[in-house]
Amino acid sequence: MQYAILCYHDEDVVWSWTKEQDQAVMGRLAIVQDRLTKAGRLGPSLRLLPTTAATTLRKTQDPPLVIDGPFAETKEQLLGFYVVDVANLEEALDIARELAAANPGGAYELRPVAVYFPDRRGTAG
Amino acid sequence: MTDPAWIDAALTAARPQALAALLRYFRDLDTAEEAFQEACLRALQAWPRNGPPRDPRAWLILVGRNAALDGVRRRARQDPLPPEETLSDTGDAEAPLAEMLDQTHYRDDVLRLLFMCCHPDLPATQQIALALRIVSGLSVTQIARAFLVGEAAMEQRITRAKARVARGNLGFETPGAVERSERLAAVAAMIYLLFNEGYSAGDGSARTELCGEAIRLARLLLRLFQAEPEVMGLTALMLLQHSRAAARFDAAGEIVLLEDQDRACWDHKLIAEGLALIDKAMRHRQPGPYQIQAAIAALHARAARPADTDWAGIDLLYAALEQLQPSPVVTLNRAVAVAKVRGTEAALAMIEPLAPRLSGYFHFFGVRGAFLLQLGRKEAARVAFDQAIALANTPAEAAHIRRHLDRLMRDAAAAPG
Repeated sequence: MQYAILCYHDEDVVWSWTKEQDQAVMGRLAIVQDRLTKAGRLGPSLRLLPTTAATTLRKTQDPPLVIDGPFAETKEQLLGFYVVDVANLEEALDIARELAAANPGGAYELRPVAVYFPDRRGTAG
Repeated sequence: MTDPAWIDAALTAARPQALAALLRYFRDLDTAEEAFQEACLRALQAWPRNGPPRDPRAWLILVGRNAALDGVRRRARQDPLPPEETLSDTGDAEAPLAEMLDQTHYRDDVLRLLFMCCHPDLPATQQIALALRIVSGLSVTQIARAFLVGEAAMEQRITRAKARVARGNLGFETPGAVERSERLAAVAAMIYLLFNEGYSAGDGSARTELCGEAIRLARLLLRLFQAEPEVMGLTALMLLQHSRAAARFDAAGEIVLLEDQDRACWDHKLIAEGLALIDKAMRHRQPGPYQIQAAIAALHARAARPADTDWAGIDLLYAALEQLQPSPVVTLNRAVAVAKVRGTEAALAMIEPLAPRLSGYFHFFGVRGAFLLQLGRKEAARVAFDQAIALANTPAEAAHIRRHLDRLMRDAAAAPG
Protein backbone atom coordinates (compact mmCIF):
# COMPACT_ATOMS: atom_id res chain seq x y z
CA MET A 1 0.00 0.00 0.00
CA GLN A 2 1.15 3.53 -0.67
CA TYR A 3 0.64 6.60 1.50
CA ALA A 4 1.08 10.23 0.56
CA ILE A 5 2.37 12.36 3.44
CA LEU A 6 1.26 15.97 3.03
CA CYS A 7 3.27 18.65 4.82
CA TYR A 8 1.60 21.62 6.52
CA HIS A 9 3.23 24.48 8.39
CA ASP A 10 3.09 28.27 8.74
CA GLU A 11 4.84 29.52 5.61
CA ASP A 12 5.55 32.92 7.20
CA VAL A 13 7.72 31.08 9.68
CA VAL A 14 9.28 28.56 7.30
CA TRP A 15 10.20 31.11 4.62
CA SER A 16 11.69 33.37 7.31
CA TRP A 17 14.18 30.72 8.34
CA THR A 18 17.77 31.77 7.85
CA LYS A 19 19.85 29.72 5.45
CA GLU A 20 21.45 27.99 8.46
CA GLN A 21 18.09 27.13 10.04
CA ASP A 22 16.78 25.85 6.72
CA GLN A 23 19.86 23.74 6.13
CA ALA A 24 19.67 22.32 9.65
CA VAL A 25 16.08 21.14 9.09
CA MET A 26 16.88 19.79 5.63
CA GLY A 27 19.90 17.98 7.08
CA ARG A 28 17.77 16.27 9.72
CA LEU A 29 15.17 15.32 7.10
CA ALA A 30 17.87 13.95 4.80
CA ILE A 31 18.88 11.41 7.46
CA VAL A 32 15.33 10.04 7.57
CA GLN A 33 15.02 10.16 3.80
CA ASP A 34 18.31 8.32 3.28
CA ARG A 35 17.16 5.52 5.53
CA LEU A 36 13.85 5.26 3.63
CA THR A 37 15.69 5.35 0.30
CA LYS A 38 17.98 2.51 1.34
CA ALA A 39 14.95 0.48 2.37
CA GLY A 40 13.41 1.15 -1.05
CA ARG A 41 10.38 2.86 0.47
CA LEU A 42 10.65 6.49 -0.62
CA GLY A 43 8.68 7.58 -3.68
CA PRO A 44 8.85 11.08 -5.22
CA SER A 45 8.99 13.99 -2.79
CA LEU A 46 8.97 17.70 -3.32
CA ARG A 47 9.03 21.09 -1.66
CA LEU A 48 6.65 23.79 -2.86
CA LEU A 49 7.32 27.50 -3.25
CA PRO A 50 5.22 29.92 -1.13
CA THR A 51 1.48 30.28 -1.76
CA THR A 52 2.13 33.83 -3.00
CA ALA A 53 3.48 32.21 -6.19
CA ALA A 54 0.27 30.17 -6.63
CA THR A 55 -2.49 30.57 -9.21
CA THR A 56 -5.86 28.85 -8.89
CA LEU A 57 -8.09 27.55 -11.67
CA ARG A 58 -11.68 27.47 -10.45
CA LYS A 59 -13.45 24.85 -12.53
CA THR A 60 -16.94 25.23 -11.11
CA GLN A 61 -17.76 27.31 -14.18
CA ASP A 62 -17.17 27.03 -17.90
CA PRO A 63 -14.74 28.32 -19.01
CA PRO A 64 -12.84 27.91 -15.73
CA LEU A 65 -11.77 31.08 -13.93
CA VAL A 66 -8.12 31.94 -13.21
CA ILE A 67 -7.60 33.53 -9.78
CA ASP A 68 -4.39 34.85 -8.22
CA GLY A 69 -3.29 33.13 -5.06
CA PRO A 70 -3.76 29.73 -3.46
CA PHE A 71 -6.93 27.67 -3.15
CA ALA A 72 -8.48 29.14 -0.04
CA GLU A 73 -11.84 27.41 0.47
CA THR A 74 -12.29 24.84 3.20
CA LYS A 75 -15.36 22.99 2.02
CA GLU A 76 -13.41 21.03 -0.59
CA GLN A 77 -10.70 18.52 0.28
CA LEU A 78 -7.35 17.72 -1.27
CA LEU A 79 -7.96 14.65 -3.44
CA GLY A 80 -4.80 14.30 -5.47
CA PHE A 81 -2.09 16.10 -7.38
CA TYR A 82 0.00 16.10 -10.56
CA VAL A 83 3.57 17.18 -11.21
CA VAL A 84 3.99 18.57 -14.74
CA ASP A 85 7.04 19.83 -16.63
CA VAL A 86 6.33 23.15 -18.34
CA ALA A 87 8.16 26.24 -19.59
CA ASN A 88 5.88 28.75 -17.86
CA LEU A 89 2.60 29.37 -16.08
CA GLU A 90 0.60 29.55 -19.33
CA GLU A 91 1.61 26.01 -20.25
CA ALA A 92 0.69 24.78 -16.77
CA LEU A 93 -2.70 26.51 -17.09
CA ASP A 94 -3.25 24.88 -20.49
CA ILE A 95 -2.75 21.45 -18.94
CA ALA A 96 -4.99 22.34 -16.00
CA ARG A 97 -7.72 23.49 -18.41
CA GLU A 98 -7.48 20.19 -20.29
CA LEU A 99 -7.84 18.28 -17.04
CA ALA A 100 -10.69 20.57 -16.02
CA ALA A 101 -12.58 19.77 -19.21
CA ALA A 102 -12.30 16.08 -18.37
CA ASN A 103 -13.29 16.62 -14.74
CA PRO A 104 -15.22 19.83 -14.02
CA GLY A 105 -16.06 20.99 -10.48
CA GLY A 106 -13.75 22.03 -7.67
CA ALA A 107 -10.43 23.72 -8.42
CA TYR A 108 -6.80 23.20 -9.27
CA GLU A 109 -4.12 25.14 -7.46
CA LEU A 110 -0.97 25.60 -9.55
CA ARG A 111 2.07 26.02 -7.38
CA PRO A 112 5.67 26.13 -8.62
CA VAL A 113 7.97 23.49 -7.15
CA ALA A 114 11.09 24.55 -5.25
CA VAL A 115 12.87 21.20 -5.04
CA TYR A 116 11.89 17.90 -6.62
CA PHE A 117 13.28 14.48 -5.74
CA PRO A 118 12.23 11.74 -8.17
CA ASP A 119 11.07 8.29 -7.13
CA ARG A 120 13.94 6.65 -5.26
CA ARG A 121 12.41 3.24 -4.76
CA GLY A 122 14.21 1.68 -7.72
CA THR A 123 17.62 2.79 -6.45
CA ALA A 124 17.77 0.53 -3.38
CA GLY A 125 20.62 -2.00 -3.61
CA MET B 1 7.95 22.65 18.74
CA THR B 2 8.24 25.13 21.56
CA ASP B 3 12.00 25.55 21.65
CA PRO B 4 13.16 29.17 21.85
CA ALA B 5 14.17 29.29 18.18
CA TRP B 6 10.70 28.29 17.06
CA ILE B 7 9.01 30.82 19.35
CA ASP B 8 11.37 33.51 18.12
CA ALA B 9 10.55 32.71 14.49
CA ALA B 10 6.82 32.65 15.22
CA LEU B 11 6.95 36.01 17.01
CA THR B 12 8.90 37.57 14.14
CA ALA B 13 6.48 36.19 11.57
CA ALA B 14 3.44 37.36 13.54
CA ARG B 15 4.77 40.83 14.29
CA PRO B 16 3.56 42.90 11.30
CA GLN B 17 -0.02 41.68 11.47
CA ALA B 18 -0.30 41.61 15.27
CA LEU B 19 1.24 45.04 15.72
CA ALA B 20 -0.86 46.47 12.89
CA ALA B 21 -4.08 45.20 14.51
CA LEU B 22 -3.02 46.61 17.88
CA LEU B 23 -2.32 49.94 16.21
CA ARG B 24 -5.88 50.00 14.92
CA TYR B 25 -7.24 49.34 18.42
CA PHE B 26 -5.14 51.90 20.22
CA ARG B 27 -4.47 54.40 17.42
CA ASP B 28 -1.15 55.12 19.04
CA LEU B 29 2.12 53.57 17.97
CA ASP B 30 3.80 53.58 21.39
CA THR B 31 0.84 51.92 23.08
CA ALA B 32 0.60 49.34 20.30
CA GLU B 33 4.32 48.57 20.51
CA GLU B 34 4.18 48.22 24.29
CA ALA B 35 1.15 45.94 24.01
CA PHE B 36 2.93 43.75 21.45
CA GLN B 37 6.07 43.66 23.59
CA GLU B 38 4.05 42.58 26.62
CA ALA B 39 2.29 39.89 24.57
CA CYS B 40 5.67 38.57 23.40
CA LEU B 41 6.95 38.38 26.96
CA ARG B 42 3.88 36.41 27.99
CA ALA B 43 4.25 34.16 24.94
CA LEU B 44 7.79 33.30 26.03
CA GLN B 45 6.36 32.18 29.39
CA ALA B 46 3.14 30.56 28.24
CA TRP B 47 4.03 28.81 24.97
CA PRO B 48 6.74 26.47 26.31
CA ARG B 49 4.32 25.49 29.09
CA ASN B 50 1.06 25.18 27.14
CA GLY B 51 2.32 24.50 23.66
CA PRO B 52 2.04 26.97 20.78
CA PRO B 53 -1.41 28.44 20.16
CA ARG B 54 -3.26 27.46 17.02
CA ASP B 55 -3.12 31.00 15.70
CA PRO B 56 -0.11 32.85 17.14
CA ARG B 57 -1.20 36.17 15.60
CA ALA B 58 -4.67 36.07 17.15
CA TRP B 59 -3.15 35.02 20.49
CA LEU B 60 -0.69 37.91 20.47
CA ILE B 61 -3.38 40.42 19.49
CA LEU B 62 -5.76 39.22 22.18
CA VAL B 63 -3.17 39.05 24.94
CA GLY B 64 -1.54 42.32 23.86
CA ARG B 65 -4.84 44.13 23.79
CA ASN B 66 -5.87 42.84 27.20
CA ALA B 67 -2.50 43.64 28.71
CA ALA B 68 -2.65 47.21 27.45
CA LEU B 69 -6.25 47.70 28.54
CA ASP B 70 -5.31 46.24 31.89
CA GLY B 71 -2.55 48.82 32.20
CA VAL B 72 -4.90 51.64 31.28
CA ARG B 73 -7.46 50.49 33.84
CA ARG B 74 -4.89 50.01 36.55
CA ARG B 75 -3.76 53.51 35.99
CA ALA B 76 -7.40 54.60 36.22
CA ARG B 77 -7.70 52.68 39.53
CA GLN B 78 -10.38 50.44 38.23
CA ASP B 79 -10.73 46.71 38.60
CA PRO B 80 -8.11 44.80 36.63
CA LEU B 81 -9.08 42.29 33.98
CA PRO B 82 -8.76 38.59 34.82
CA PRO B 83 -5.19 37.30 34.50
CA GLU B 84 -4.14 36.44 30.98
CA GLU B 85 -3.87 32.70 31.83
CA THR B 86 -7.61 32.40 32.16
CA LEU B 87 -7.96 33.78 28.68
CA SER B 88 -5.16 31.94 26.93
CA ASP B 89 -5.63 28.56 28.60
CA THR B 90 -9.20 28.20 27.52
CA GLY B 91 -8.05 27.25 24.04
CA ASP B 92 -11.14 28.28 22.18
CA ALA B 93 -11.04 31.85 23.41
CA GLU B 94 -8.93 32.64 20.35
CA ALA B 95 -11.41 31.27 17.86
CA PRO B 96 -13.97 34.09 17.81
CA LEU B 97 -11.22 36.69 17.62
CA ALA B 98 -9.50 34.82 14.81
CA GLU B 99 -12.74 34.90 12.88
CA MET B 100 -13.19 38.56 13.60
CA LEU B 101 -9.75 39.36 12.22
CA ASP B 102 -10.57 38.43 8.71
CA GLN B 103 -8.25 39.05 5.83
CA THR B 104 -9.79 42.39 4.84
CA HIS B 105 -8.97 43.93 8.20
CA TYR B 106 -5.50 42.47 8.28
CA ARG B 107 -4.60 43.85 4.89
CA ASP B 108 -5.51 47.44 5.57
CA ASP B 109 -3.96 47.22 9.04
CA VAL B 110 -0.62 46.00 7.71
CA LEU B 111 -0.73 48.44 4.82
CA ARG B 112 -1.37 51.30 7.27
CA LEU B 113 1.55 50.23 9.44
CA LEU B 114 3.88 50.13 6.43
CA PHE B 115 2.49 53.35 5.03
CA MET B 116 3.17 55.15 8.32
CA CYS B 117 6.87 54.61 7.68
CA CYS B 118 6.62 56.22 4.23
CA HIS B 119 5.92 59.70 5.56
CA PRO B 120 6.86 62.10 2.74
CA ASP B 121 8.74 64.41 5.14
CA LEU B 122 11.12 61.61 6.07
CA PRO B 123 14.24 61.06 3.96
CA ALA B 124 14.43 57.63 2.36
CA THR B 125 16.96 56.18 4.78
CA GLN B 126 14.80 57.18 7.75
CA GLN B 127 11.74 55.59 6.18
CA ILE B 128 13.67 52.35 5.84
CA ALA B 129 15.13 52.53 9.35
CA LEU B 130 11.66 53.14 10.78
CA ALA B 131 10.16 50.23 8.85
CA LEU B 132 12.93 47.92 10.04
CA ARG B 133 12.35 48.98 13.63
CA ILE B 134 8.55 49.04 13.66
CA VAL B 135 7.43 46.49 11.08
CA SER B 136 10.30 44.02 11.06
CA GLY B 137 11.11 44.43 14.74
CA LEU B 138 14.87 44.62 14.22
CA SER B 139 16.79 46.00 17.18
CA VAL B 140 18.40 49.44 16.97
CA THR B 141 21.76 47.67 17.20
CA GLN B 142 20.98 45.53 14.15
CA ILE B 143 19.77 48.53 12.15
CA ALA B 144 22.77 50.65 13.12
CA ARG B 145 25.08 47.84 11.99
CA ALA B 146 23.27 47.56 8.68
CA PHE B 147 23.57 51.29 8.03
CA LEU B 148 27.16 51.49 9.30
CA VAL B 149 26.34 54.19 11.85
CA GLY B 150 26.68 54.35 15.63
CA GLU B 151 23.94 52.93 17.78
CA ALA B 152 23.23 56.21 19.59
CA ALA B 153 22.93 58.09 16.30
CA MET B 154 20.52 55.49 14.94
CA GLU B 155 18.48 55.50 18.15
CA GLN B 156 18.12 59.25 17.88
CA ARG B 157 17.24 59.06 14.19
CA ILE B 158 14.51 56.50 14.79
CA THR B 159 13.09 58.38 17.78
CA ARG B 160 12.85 61.56 15.70
CA ALA B 161 11.29 59.75 12.76
CA LYS B 162 8.75 58.15 15.07
CA ALA B 163 7.83 61.47 16.61
CA ARG B 164 7.28 62.94 13.18
CA VAL B 165 5.14 60.00 12.12
CA ALA B 166 3.10 60.23 15.33
CA ARG B 167 2.28 63.87 14.61
CA GLY B 168 1.08 62.94 11.15
CA ASN B 169 -2.63 62.55 10.72
CA LEU B 170 -3.00 58.98 9.56
CA GLY B 171 -6.53 57.89 8.71
CA PHE B 172 -7.74 54.88 10.67
CA GLU B 173 -10.90 54.40 8.68
CA THR B 174 -10.86 51.81 5.89
CA PRO B 175 -9.16 53.47 2.91
CA GLY B 176 -10.96 53.93 -0.40
CA ALA B 177 -9.73 52.30 -3.59
CA VAL B 178 -7.68 55.30 -4.75
CA GLU B 179 -6.13 55.90 -1.35
CA ARG B 180 -5.35 52.21 -1.01
CA SER B 181 -3.52 52.11 -4.34
CA GLU B 182 -1.58 55.28 -3.43
CA ARG B 183 -0.55 53.67 -0.16
CA LEU B 184 0.46 50.49 -1.97
CA ALA B 185 2.66 52.44 -4.38
CA ALA B 186 4.40 54.31 -1.56
CA VAL B 187 4.95 51.12 0.41
CA ALA B 188 6.25 49.26 -2.65
CA ALA B 189 8.77 52.05 -3.27
CA MET B 190 9.91 51.91 0.36
CA ILE B 191 10.35 48.12 0.23
CA TYR B 192 12.40 48.45 -2.96
CA LEU B 193 14.58 51.12 -1.32
CA LEU B 194 15.14 48.73 1.56
CA PHE B 195 16.13 46.00 -0.91
CA ASN B 196 18.55 48.27 -2.74
CA GLU B 197 20.14 49.35 0.51
CA GLY B 198 21.11 45.71 0.95
CA TYR B 199 21.80 44.96 -2.72
CA SER B 200 24.25 47.81 -3.18
CA ALA B 201 26.36 46.58 -0.27
CA GLY B 202 29.16 44.14 -0.91
CA ASP B 203 28.64 40.45 -0.28
CA GLY B 204 28.93 39.27 3.32
CA SER B 205 28.21 42.61 4.98
CA ALA B 206 25.36 42.93 7.48
CA ARG B 207 23.52 45.07 4.97
CA THR B 208 22.86 42.17 2.58
CA GLU B 209 20.40 40.81 5.18
CA LEU B 210 18.19 43.74 4.25
CA CYS B 211 17.49 42.05 0.90
CA GLY B 212 15.97 39.07 2.68
CA GLU B 213 13.91 41.34 4.89
CA ALA B 214 12.61 43.31 1.89
CA ILE B 215 11.57 40.06 0.21
CA ARG B 216 9.81 38.94 3.40
CA LEU B 217 7.81 42.20 3.51
CA ALA B 218 6.98 41.94 -0.18
CA ARG B 219 5.69 38.38 0.24
CA LEU B 220 3.58 39.61 3.16
CA LEU B 221 2.16 42.44 1.05
CA LEU B 222 1.50 40.04 -1.82
CA ARG B 223 -0.35 37.59 0.42
CA LEU B 224 -2.63 40.44 1.49
CA PHE B 225 -3.04 41.94 -2.00
CA GLN B 226 -3.02 38.85 -4.18
CA ALA B 227 -4.23 40.37 -7.43
CA GLU B 228 -1.92 43.42 -7.67
CA PRO B 229 0.38 42.95 -10.68
CA GLU B 230 2.87 45.61 -9.54
CA VAL B 231 3.26 43.94 -6.15
CA MET B 232 3.90 40.67 -8.01
CA GLY B 233 6.38 42.52 -10.22
CA LEU B 234 8.22 44.06 -7.28
CA THR B 235 8.47 40.71 -5.49
CA ALA B 236 9.63 38.97 -8.66
CA LEU B 237 12.21 41.70 -9.34
CA MET B 238 13.76 41.37 -5.88
CA LEU B 239 13.71 37.56 -5.96
CA LEU B 240 15.43 37.46 -9.35
CA GLN B 241 18.07 40.03 -8.37
CA HIS B 242 18.69 38.35 -5.04
CA SER B 243 19.01 34.94 -6.73
CA ARG B 244 22.42 36.09 -8.02
CA ALA B 245 23.73 37.15 -4.59
CA ALA B 246 26.24 34.30 -4.26
CA ALA B 247 27.67 34.93 -7.75
CA ARG B 248 27.91 38.75 -7.77
CA PHE B 249 31.21 38.96 -5.90
CA ASP B 250 34.35 36.86 -6.14
CA ALA B 251 36.36 35.46 -3.24
CA ALA B 252 38.24 38.76 -2.96
CA GLY B 253 34.97 40.68 -2.68
CA GLU B 254 35.24 42.13 -6.18
CA ILE B 255 32.29 42.59 -8.52
CA VAL B 256 31.64 39.83 -11.06
CA LEU B 257 29.66 41.10 -14.06
CA LEU B 258 26.46 39.29 -15.02
CA GLU B 259 28.01 37.64 -18.07
CA ASP B 260 30.99 36.37 -16.07
CA GLN B 261 28.96 34.97 -13.18
CA ASP B 262 28.89 31.26 -12.44
CA ARG B 263 25.23 30.56 -13.16
CA ALA B 264 25.37 27.34 -11.14
CA CYS B 265 25.71 29.59 -8.08
CA TRP B 266 22.42 31.34 -8.79
CA ASP B 267 19.65 30.38 -6.36
CA HIS B 268 17.25 28.42 -8.52
CA LYS B 269 14.51 28.31 -5.88
CA LEU B 270 14.36 32.11 -5.89
CA ILE B 271 14.46 32.14 -9.70
CA ALA B 272 11.55 29.68 -9.94
CA GLU B 273 9.50 31.80 -7.55
CA GLY B 274 10.36 35.02 -9.41
CA LEU B 275 9.50 33.54 -12.80
CA ALA B 276 6.17 32.21 -11.51
CA LEU B 277 5.32 35.68 -10.17
CA ILE B 278 6.21 37.56 -13.33
CA ASP B 279 4.14 35.04 -15.35
CA LYS B 280 1.22 35.70 -13.01
CA ALA B 281 1.65 39.47 -13.25
CA MET B 282 1.78 39.54 -17.06
CA ARG B 283 -1.59 37.80 -17.29
CA HIS B 284 -3.13 41.03 -15.97
CA ARG B 285 -1.93 43.05 -18.98
CA GLN B 286 -1.35 46.13 -16.82
CA PRO B 287 2.37 46.74 -17.27
CA GLY B 288 4.20 48.81 -14.67
CA PRO B 289 7.83 49.70 -13.92
CA TYR B 290 8.39 46.84 -11.45
CA GLN B 291 6.89 44.28 -13.81
CA ILE B 292 9.04 45.44 -16.72
CA GLN B 293 12.22 45.44 -14.66
CA ALA B 294 11.31 41.98 -13.37
CA ALA B 295 10.67 40.79 -16.94
CA ILE B 296 14.17 42.00 -17.87
CA ALA B 297 15.67 40.16 -14.89
CA ALA B 298 13.63 37.10 -15.92
CA LEU B 299 15.17 37.08 -19.42
CA HIS B 300 18.62 37.03 -17.80
CA ALA B 301 17.52 34.30 -15.38
CA ARG B 302 16.13 32.13 -18.17
CA ALA B 303 19.41 32.16 -20.14
CA ALA B 304 21.42 29.05 -19.25
CA ARG B 305 24.56 30.66 -20.73
CA PRO B 306 25.28 34.39 -21.36
CA ALA B 307 25.18 33.70 -25.12
CA ASP B 308 21.56 32.50 -24.77
CA THR B 309 20.39 35.89 -23.45
CA ASP B 310 17.47 37.37 -25.38
CA TRP B 311 19.04 40.83 -25.84
CA ALA B 312 16.45 41.90 -28.41
CA GLY B 313 13.72 41.16 -25.85
CA ILE B 314 15.63 43.10 -23.21
CA ASP B 315 16.02 46.06 -25.60
CA LEU B 316 12.23 46.06 -26.20
CA LEU B 317 11.48 45.90 -22.48
CA TYR B 318 13.81 48.81 -21.76
CA ALA B 319 12.10 50.75 -24.56
CA ALA B 320 8.78 50.11 -22.81
CA LEU B 321 10.28 51.23 -19.51
CA GLU B 322 11.61 54.42 -21.15
CA GLN B 323 8.05 55.18 -22.30
CA LEU B 324 6.56 54.54 -18.88
CA GLN B 325 9.27 56.11 -16.75
CA PRO B 326 11.66 58.20 -18.85
CA SER B 327 15.05 58.52 -17.16
CA PRO B 328 18.65 58.79 -18.37
CA VAL B 329 19.54 55.80 -16.18
CA VAL B 330 17.00 53.64 -18.00
CA THR B 331 18.43 54.77 -21.36
CA LEU B 332 21.93 53.94 -20.10
CA ASN B 333 20.80 50.44 -19.19
CA ARG B 334 19.07 50.06 -22.51
CA ALA B 335 22.30 50.97 -24.29
CA VAL B 336 23.94 47.82 -22.91
CA ALA B 337 21.28 45.74 -24.67
CA VAL B 338 21.54 47.90 -27.79
CA ALA B 339 25.29 47.24 -27.91
CA LYS B 340 24.54 43.51 -28.15
CA VAL B 341 21.76 43.87 -30.71
CA ARG B 342 22.88 46.76 -32.95
CA GLY B 343 26.53 47.15 -32.10
CA THR B 344 28.69 49.22 -29.78
CA GLU B 345 28.83 52.24 -32.11
CA ALA B 346 25.05 52.65 -31.96
CA ALA B 347 25.07 52.16 -28.19
CA LEU B 348 27.77 54.79 -27.67
CA ALA B 349 25.83 57.26 -29.81
CA MET B 350 22.81 56.57 -27.65
CA ILE B 351 24.52 57.43 -24.35
CA GLU B 352 26.58 60.47 -25.46
CA PRO B 353 23.59 62.85 -25.11
CA LEU B 354 23.11 61.64 -21.51
CA ALA B 355 26.48 63.05 -20.41
CA PRO B 356 25.21 66.37 -18.99
CA ARG B 357 22.59 64.65 -16.84
CA LEU B 358 24.73 61.72 -15.71
CA SER B 359 27.99 63.60 -15.08
CA GLY B 360 27.91 62.48 -11.42
CA TYR B 361 26.92 58.87 -12.03
CA PHE B 362 29.48 56.11 -11.59
CA HIS B 363 27.80 53.64 -13.94
CA PHE B 364 27.65 56.14 -16.80
CA PHE B 365 31.44 56.36 -16.97
CA GLY B 366 31.84 52.63 -16.37
CA VAL B 367 29.56 51.78 -19.30
CA ARG B 368 31.06 54.52 -21.48
CA GLY B 369 34.58 53.28 -20.75
CA ALA B 370 33.60 49.70 -21.61
CA PHE B 371 32.04 50.80 -24.92
CA LEU B 372 35.09 52.89 -25.86
CA LEU B 373 37.36 49.99 -24.99
CA GLN B 374 35.34 47.65 -27.22
CA LEU B 375 35.78 50.18 -30.04
CA GLY B 376 39.54 50.26 -29.47
CA ARG B 377 39.57 53.90 -28.30
CA LYS B 378 41.88 53.16 -25.39
CA GLU B 379 42.85 56.69 -24.35
CA ALA B 380 39.23 57.86 -24.22
CA ALA B 381 38.35 54.67 -22.32
CA ARG B 382 41.08 55.38 -19.76
CA VAL B 383 39.69 58.87 -19.15
CA ALA B 384 36.17 57.47 -18.65
CA PHE B 385 37.40 54.81 -16.23
CA ASP B 386 39.32 57.46 -14.26
CA GLN B 387 36.10 59.45 -13.93
CA ALA B 388 34.23 56.31 -12.86
CA ILE B 389 36.72 55.58 -10.07
CA ALA B 390 36.35 59.10 -8.76
CA LEU B 391 32.60 58.53 -8.50
CA ALA B 392 32.62 54.95 -7.15
CA ASN B 393 30.20 54.40 -4.27
CA THR B 394 31.85 51.33 -2.79
CA PRO B 395 35.41 49.95 -2.68
CA ALA B 396 34.18 46.99 -4.79
CA GLU B 397 33.02 49.34 -7.56
CA ALA B 398 36.34 51.17 -7.56
CA ALA B 399 38.30 47.90 -7.60
CA HIS B 400 36.26 46.64 -10.52
CA ILE B 401 37.08 49.67 -12.66
CA ARG B 402 40.70 49.62 -11.53
CA ARG B 403 41.04 46.14 -13.04
CA HIS B 404 39.97 47.55 -16.42
CA LEU B 405 42.51 50.33 -16.03
CA ASP B 406 45.31 47.96 -15.03
CA ARG B 407 44.63 45.92 -18.14
CA LEU B 408 44.77 49.07 -20.27
CA MET B 409 48.07 50.09 -18.70
CA ARG B 410 49.52 46.61 -19.24
CA ASP B 411 48.43 46.66 -22.87
CA ALA B 412 49.96 50.11 -23.33
CA ALA B 413 53.25 49.01 -21.73
CA ALA B 414 53.37 45.89 -23.90
CA ALA B 415 52.62 47.81 -27.08
CA PRO B 416 55.67 48.27 -29.31
CA GLY B 417 57.26 51.71 -29.54
